Amino acid sequence: MSTEAVLQAPSATHHEAHGDHHHEHHHHETFITKYVFSQDHKMIAKQFLITGMVWAVLGGLMSVLFRLQLGYPDAHFSWLQDILGKFWVEDGRITPQAYYALVTTHGTVLVFFVLTAGLSGTFANFLIPLQVGARDMASPFMNMLSYWFFFIASLVMLSSMFVETGPFSGGWTAYPPLSALGTASPGSKTGMDLWLVAMALFVVSSLLGGLNYIATVLNMRTKGMSMTRMPLTIWALFFTAVLGVLSFPVLFSGFILLIFDRNFGTSFYLSDIYINGVGALPNEGGSAILYQHLFWFLGHPEVYIILLPAMGMVSEILSTNARKPIFGYIAMIGSMFAIAILAFLVWAHHMFVTGLNPFLGSIFVLLTLLIAVPSAIKVFNWLTTLWRGNIRFTPAMLFAIGFVSLFISGGLTGIWLGNSALDIHLHDTYFVIAHFHIVMGVASMFGMFAGIYHWYPKMYGRYLNNTLGYIHFWITMIGAYLIFWPMHYEGLAGMPRRYYDYSIWESFKQFAELNRFISTVAMIVFMTQLLFLFNFFYSIFKGRKVTTLNPWNSNTLEWTTPIRPGHGNWVGEIPEVHRWAYDYGKDGREFIPQTEAVGADESHH
Amino acid sequence: MMTAAASNQRNRIHPHKFTLWVAMASICMMFAGLTSAYIVKKNQSNWLEFDLPVVFYYSTIVILISSLTMHLAVKAIKARERSRYKNFMLFTAALGVVFGYLQWTGFANLKNHGIQLLGNGSNPAASFLVVIIGLHVLHVLGGIIALLITTIRAFRTGTKVYTSTPVEIVATYWHFVDLLWIYLFIFLNWIK
Repeated sequence: MSTEAVLQAPSATHHEAHGDHHHEHHHHETFITKYVFSQDHKMIAKQFLITGMVWAVLGGLMSVLFRLQLGYPDAHFSWLQDILGKFWVEDGRITPQAYYALVTTHGTVLVFFVLTAGLSGTFANFLIPLQVGARDMASPFMNMLSYWFFFIASLVMLSSMFVETGPFSGGWTAYPPLSALGTASPGSKTGMDLWLVAMALFVVSSLLGGLNYIATVLNMRTKGMSMTRMPLTIWALFFTAVLGVLSFPVLFSGFILLIFDRNFGTSFYLSDIYINGVGALPNEGGSAILYQHLFWFLGHPEVYIILLPAMGMVSEILSTNARKPIFGYIAMIGSMFAIAILAFLVWAHHMFVTGLNPFLGSIFVLLTLLIAVPSAIKVFNWLTTLWRGNIRFTPAMLFAIGFVSLFISGGLTGIWLGNSALDIHLHDTYFVIAHFHIVMGVASMFGMFAGIYHWYPKMYGRYLNNTLGYIHFWITMIGAYLIFWPMHYEGLAGMPRRYYDYSIWESFKQFAELNRFISTVAMIVFMTQLLFLFNFFYSIFKGRKVTTLNPWNSNTLEWTTPIRPGHGNWVGEIPEVHRWAYDYGKDGREFIPQTEAVGADESHH
Repeated sequence: MMTAAASNQRNRIHPHKFTLWVAMASICMMFAGLTSAYIVKKNQSNWLEFDLPVVFYYSTIVILISSLTMHLAVKAIKARERSRYKNFMLFTAALGVVFGYLQWTGFANLKNHGIQLLGNGSNPAASFLVVIIGLHVLHVLGGIIALLITTIRAFRTGTKVYTSTPVEIVATYWHFVDLLWIYLFIFLNWIK
């Protein structure tokens, strides 16, 4: 299956004569300045991507380990004990302490390190300057700092895996009082300190990155690139950055109060607590719910920080590979804007059962359900973009279509959960797990895969192997549904999340086989990701070389750069933009790049 | 081509200045988070009522004067009067240090009146002051460092530099932490 043969036959553009010879070398680059402390946005993007991939493997492996416990609660894996040691596995079984540590770290790592830093860190860095026509970010130095803060955060988080009392194990949301009291659980001791330090560094990293993305999009666009000519990827990454810059500081203030409660004996979140073996604590007058407000004020925008970049890339990839203009470009921007605004107004739907005033709850229900409107507009536009398109099923396109499918499936259950009455039953059950894994976790992963497959030729000047890509897609797609679809039924039956062993519960032991099935599929899907990893790293060195400037016959600016662009992206002047990014199949032409001037007799789009 | 590009650039704000504005929005969100937490907590049980020490009034006056001297420093560099510029910059930084010191004495004053700020038996009402005012002082400290760096940079080499952009950026930030303090001061004193 050579996509290139399919794609390249017609319409060679005038750019293609340039080939691979025009590398731009402003200045001599050493190994350190080129690969380590690089200020080139493209290299920083690759650093984010590969660090994110390392975390994805670790986080995925953690899920395999705790699924092993859930699927095979009676089995003894003595070989695991030899590998992981006694803290993690005892008597061939994952220890309860380790189970909670795994669940917590899996959540933290996947949400923040993979789907925030790995996703928007990679693609905002890579695509914003290339697609708006800038030589680099507004502040390349700050951009570099952003990566290195992320790197140090990663090291600290990783080191928490190796402390004697284990990593933090109170859930990725780190609710006090459990997270605030070292005496309450071994996982709340050093592991929690390291978790907080890592997360604080992470917040700094994403703020530095976000500031840069916003400044670059608003100030560094090339001539002719008005806001309404920008590709939807850039709009999505822009809204993502705005969300991050406005919501991460609030999380940070929540963390500061938590740090004071942990280390300086204050009582922001603590009141009237008795710990077995320790006795009554002196803390008076705090409110644990206060933390939840501060946390979810970030926490909800965070899911859009994760989802919006995927939405943007999917819009771009669907339009390019359907050879049709994106349907409803302005409606897409409008709905992303609506999502960005609503993201700040719905946080309390995570707190319906905390004793929230039911009247207040009903307002949050309304605002939450309102998000269905822009979401439905987006889904409609994606489907109408595909409708009667001349679709090329590249791996990137498959993942983009898979994203739409998952977004629909996961979004519909959001309407259930957004309803405060239903939430009384569904709160903290596997229904929630199923919902957010499909709509936010797997869907955004799919967006990320789509982005990697689509822009890999621009990143490394080589293609990923298509056959491996198709295998990767189909197993992951089918696997994702097989893993998470059954969890809806478990959740409806009331099965709570985060329990260590369901086989001892009369009401949930009926799900033993189903749990084993889910665990088995999870392992197969995890193995398939290793196939992707092999494809990724093998293709960097041995993949089929890109021989044309514009392998996907795409309109956007990144494909006007040399095949392997140097620091500064364009050899000569930055091209001028004359039209929007979606002139596909217009006036009998398959595609018209943004750099082409509008002809006198051209029809309006 | 070049003139077109130049006119295109003319109306645009300097990217670093713009980045600062976004960063200030971000800082606002952090303090918005803390002050709303303060309101939430205040309306719950077990809230200790006490008056802020008078020294915070003095520190308010100091930081207001420092904004004035900061403004005069920007005017000096625009008028190409380098020595006046240097004096005002250093004077502003010194006032920043005085401000930090006064905030510190404010806390000492509270302690002397038997209000425990941190640790066993402390009330969130007092602990919030440490967190909110402490974080603000850290931001002022960052401003002092930026002031000193800009001043040193302007005098590091023999060539005389008159670009006002870095100073304007520092000035914007300085006025911002000033305004932030005024907001916090009003908030902590009069929001019941």
